[in-house]
Amino acid sequence: MSFVPNRAASRLPLSGYLICMAGICWRESLRFVNQRGRFLSALVRPLVWLFIFAAGFRSVLGVSIIPPYETYILYQVYVAPGLIAMIQLFNGLQSSLSMVYDREVGAMRILLVSPYPRWFLLLSKLVAGICVSLLQVYAFLAIAWFWEVEAPPIGYLTVLPALLLSGLMLGSMGLLMSSLFRQLENFASVMNFVIFPMFFTSSALYPLWKVQESSLPLWYVCQFNPFTYAVELIRFALYGQFEPFSALVVAGCSIVFLIGAIIAYDPSAGLMGRRGGPDAAK
Amino acid sequence: MQIDVATPMRAGTASEGPSALSVEKVTHRFGSRLALDDVSLDVPRGSFTALLGPNGAGKTTLFSLVTRLYDNRTGAIRVLGHDVRREPAAALSRLGVVFQARTLDLDLSVQQNLVYHATLHGIGFGRARQRAREALDRVGLVDRAKDKVRQLSGGQMRRIEIARALIHRPDLLLLDEPTVGLDIGSRAALVAEVRRLIASDGLGVLWATHIIEEIAPGDRIVVLHRGRVRAQGSFAEMVADSAGDLSAAFLALVDEDGASGHAGDAP
Repeated sequence: MSFVPNRAASRLPLSGYLICMAGICWRESLRFVNQRGRFLSALVRPLVWLFIFAAGFRSVLGVSIIPPYETYILYQVYVAPGLIAMIQLFNGLQSSLSMVYDREVGAMRILLVSPYPRWFLLLSKLVAGICVSLLQVYAFLAIAWFWEVEAPPIGYLTVLPALLLSGLMLGSMGLLMSSLFRQLENFASVMNFVIFPMFFTSSALYPLWKVQESSLPLWYVCQFNPFTYAVELIRFALYGQFEPFSALVVAGCSIVFLIGAIIAYDPSAGLMGRRGGPDAAK
Repeated sequence: MQIDVATPMRAGTASEGPSALSVEKVTHRFGSRLALDDVSLDVPRGSFTALLGPNGAGKTTLFSLVTRLYDNRTGAIRVLGHDVRREPAAALSRLGVVFQARTLDLDLSVQQNLVYHATLHGIGFGRARQRAREALDRVGLVDRAKDKVRQLSGGQMRRIEIARALIHRPDLLLLDEPTVGLDIGSRAALVAEVRRLIASDGLGVLWATHIIEEIAPGDRIVVLHRGRVRAQGSFAEMVADSAGDLSAAFLALVDEDGASGHAGDAP
């Protein structure tokens, strides 16, 4: 250590950015491995829906042939993409909210004293969260395969970019919410006010034309729910097809949420500083 | 009470280069509440500067501003001459922090915590492991590198946090009430540890506390109360009017506007 300020160190080299992002992803994966309970519950939740809910409803709800499906499908095949999106929704909100409110609060402060720009740190955090969600999704798909949810082999590859995009949207949404709403301190209220409404007012459980038949206002709500488009993007991608409109909506929402989160966490925008004082950040 | 308020700023004197930390005329409010009012202070390199103030004095707010958790809208904060607003990367890379709240990952090992922090400063994994060993060696905990943080005592965790704050070799170390919750023995050991670092590396240290016993003759002292710097100077200057009793000098400073509710916080 020297008294002389090291000028060279004030320029952050590109390799440092990569190291920083790799470090954030590495830590997230270590935590993931350490928390087997979290992995298990992330897996059990959609499987309960698949095994019990879908089994119960397969006789009630007949799903006619709609794209991307080319034949009549079982109800569990229809709900699988929605359940995948639900995994990502839980994961995105859980990691973002715990980051601010739970014991990770301290870790957040450590993250933010890194000399790298804040947008980059938040993006790295999101990328790390998406990596974890991918593990959960593929584990789910592997089990669902034995439950007659069989996508074409290529679909398991083509769904990957869709998962990255939807993971980015849901993760940045969580990040934005975590910075804006201090009331959402416990996960139960997040479940009530965010996860369930988003999940139920989307095309995850029933095709939108069915919703339109039964309730027009609800159909409008579904149309304005970004989660619907995440589900549809995943649904088409799982069958090797690209759904441009959904991709556009999901990408657009990702950008809006991400910019919102970056502004909210930017010290010069001061959203954190204006609310509450030091206790708000402890 | 006759202590001179705020000795002149020594920042930027030619012979020494810029101070480790210089805060100039910083005011910060949360809504209508004034948390810091025109605060100026200076931490020269190689100095132990105690930021002394009762609970709620604004110490943590000041730390949040220096570490860029909040933005300073007025005044200037410089780390080694780098303004934290205009050159945040240069400022933050020279800064090591130990926050008041525990910020270690309890489920990860000591080494994993340190390596993670090193990568946040762009230090690659191989070099990070080496630096982690060095840093642990300095705080005497190298044999605990593989242990989960959860298995350590409170005092050991604090020493790990200091090792972590040093891993990217900063020139300024900020510690926000680092001895809270520690027993007397661990407290003394921690203070001694940080003083050794100043002697060996010439770090500038800003040590926020409300515990008078942690301050030694030879330290610089800044008294912060209700968001304002009430006095700053050397230990000798502080106690000149109270017969060498820092406690009395401090209580008189924080009491003078009838803040009896706060005075009880200082032992």
